Amino acid sequence: MEAFTTFTSHGIPVDIVNCDTDQIIPARFLRRKKTDADYPKFLFHDLRFDADGSEKPDFIYNKAPYRDGGIIVADLNWGCGSSRENAVYVLVANGIRAVIAPSFGDIHYNNCTKQGVLPVRLERKDCDTLRRQLHDEPGAEIAFDLEAQTVTGPDGAVYAFEIGAFDKEKLLQGLDDISLTEQYDSEFEAFEAKHQADHDWLY
Amino acid sequence: MAGQTLFDKIWDAHVVVARDDGQTLLYIDRHLIHDLHFGAFAALKELGRTIKRPDRIVASPDHSIPTTVTTLEEITDPEMHETVEGLERYAAEFGITHFAMTDERHGIVHVVGPEQGITQPGIVLVCGDSHTSTHGALGCISFGVGSSEVVHVLATQTLWQRRPKTMRIEVSGKLGFGITGKDVILAIIREIGADGGTGYAIEYAGSAIRNLSMEGRLTICNMTIEAGGRFGMVAPDETTIAYVAGRPYAPADAAWDRAVAYWRTLPSDDAAEFDREVALDGDAIAPMVTWGNSPQDAVQVTETVPDPAKEADTERRAAMEAALDYMDLEPGMAMTDIKVDKVFIGACTNSRIEDLRLAAKVAKGRTAMVQTLVVPGSGLVKRQAEEEGLDKIFTEAGMEWRQPGCSMCVAMNGDMLQPGERSASTSNRNFRGRQGPGGRTHLVSPAMAAAAAVTGHFADIREFIERD
Repeated sequence: MEAFTTFTSHGIPVDIVNCDTDQIIPARFLRRKKTDADYPKFLFHDLRFDADGSEKPDFIYNKAPYRDGGIIVADLNWGCGSSRENAVYVLVANGIRAVIAPSFGDIHYNNCTKQGVLPVRLERKDCDTLRRQLHDEPGAEIAFDLEAQTVTGPDGAVYAFEIGAFDKEKLLQGLDDISLTEQYDSEFEAFEAKHQADHDWLY
Repeated sequence: MAGQTLFDKIWDAHVVVARDDGQTLLYIDRHLIHDLHFGAFAALKELGRTIKRPDRIVASPDHSIPTTVTTLEEITDPEMHETVEGLERYAAEFGITHFAMTDERHGIVHVVGPEQGITQPGIVLVCGDSHTSTHGALGCISFGVGSSEVVHVLATQTLWQRRPKTMRIEVSGKLGFGITGKDVILAIIREIGADGGTGYAIEYAGSAIRNLSMEGRLTICNMTIEAGGRFGMVAPDETTIAYVAGRPYAPADAAWDRAVAYWRTLPSDDAAEFDREVALDGDAIAPMVTWGNSPQDAVQVTETVPDPAKEADTERRAAMEAALDYMDLEPGMAMTDIKVDKVFIGACTNSRIEDLRLAAKVAKGRTAMVQTLVVPGSGLVKRQAEEEGLDKIFTEAGMEWRQPGCSMCVAMNGDMLQPGERSASTSNRNFRGRQGPGGRTHLVSPAMAAAAAVTGHFADIREFIERD
């Protein structure tokens, strides 16, 4: 995955409470490959397109300049529902590298960190402020500094955010977990031997 | 010393490495794989790695199998065929257990795991599917993971996780006549919200939970993710032990005795403290129906469609208005006045034998007014239902008795709603378009779904079944 250090782009306000991963990418596209030329179109597909494939002009991601944005500012419980990591692939396919929300579905949050997408939890009032600013000033930019753990809004306001040290390190370096886990091979072997002795019926 | 929760005990028994930054490398006892993750094997090969412990994995196709066919060869859709065939091919290549469509043991992974005794108390089980929370009904830690995590488990038999907070939801009293696990979990989600369980492992406790069958508990734990919680659990008890006994993958003989002795140590200690406690009165729970596009949008069947004007939070009000618009409902409508176009009885929530028996009780001697799909959760559930004559009851009522699979829950195997169609569904998600673009889903219990089928609208199940 691509390392994440600093990132600046214009923001896309998505005013949907409980925006589940079925909205982010409908299930019928889950068998399609990431390399599919149509992949970017699957993002918010059924919110974005009518049954005949024409764009719904009112949907935020169909409007310029939002459609070229690289940051989503969402509402409560972004990415709840299905565990589909495709909901992150489709963000990446559209150049979206960060999502700010008051709360995330737990599985989706983890999936973001595996694909180099930065999930940022901010207070709901701060998310509301950012979305309002993005509506008021289309194309307004938001800047992230992962090392410093800060988000800078369009008005220059700086918000600090929390992220686990483990996720931060992986995102900063673009590391995958497996290489890290293999550093603990001897602990694994020792654990498994004891676990097998204690729970022999599982082996 | 403070007591330990059920969750703590199992978690602590699976910690391979605990880092100072709060990350835990957790050992995974069992890993279930379904067809949508056949790509994980290719990803593993691309990384130049192999499967660490192939004997801990069981695979079964479910999402992509049409419920109208019985063999891989009969799947005509190229995408579905590729997915189901891919799982079978990689399972053979890597030497993992695979229940093919022609094997009676195949079915929805969350039905197959408990049914085969693969799911056991005290274990850690994962699957690349959010409804893996289901298995915690047997008193284990089970949770859904993404594709990268699936590959990680294949390669290492472990996962990096942060310890969640713990919540206990106590449902006291006694459930009323005709009330099932589905009604209980919808009432819970209505109470705590679709993000109420985010960041938590939830243990369901209290007399109303204790008195539920394993099927009822599985339904409740299944929908824990709809409250945002990845982990749902019920402490193992006599019901659990009786359920696991004698299943193909369960321990036997002396190993069984050792396992049971361990399982009896798992329930939360009296002194255990939870980060959050929630209490519900089981006696007050009525048959539930959802009206919106989030599982928290649930009301009792005797209520009316809620009025957004009465919601104080402006964004929630907007969400309610959008949901009512999408669902084509008016505030104040009686739920029982809502007519349905299709009924779906199945999914990992409600496709077990008890679910089918409850639906059959209502269907018996009546006629479906709308197209009704009845989809057993596994080949073995199907056979048992047929041995009990349930299939005849359904077909005589004009309902369709299908082959096992995820079916209309997920709208990617041929079973789906058409735009604008409204369903009564025993599945777990009423998200927009979940059952097909433009489809309108109302979540209910199997008996409530059958009642909607035979009346054409939502109806109070308590008026349809006789007290035993």
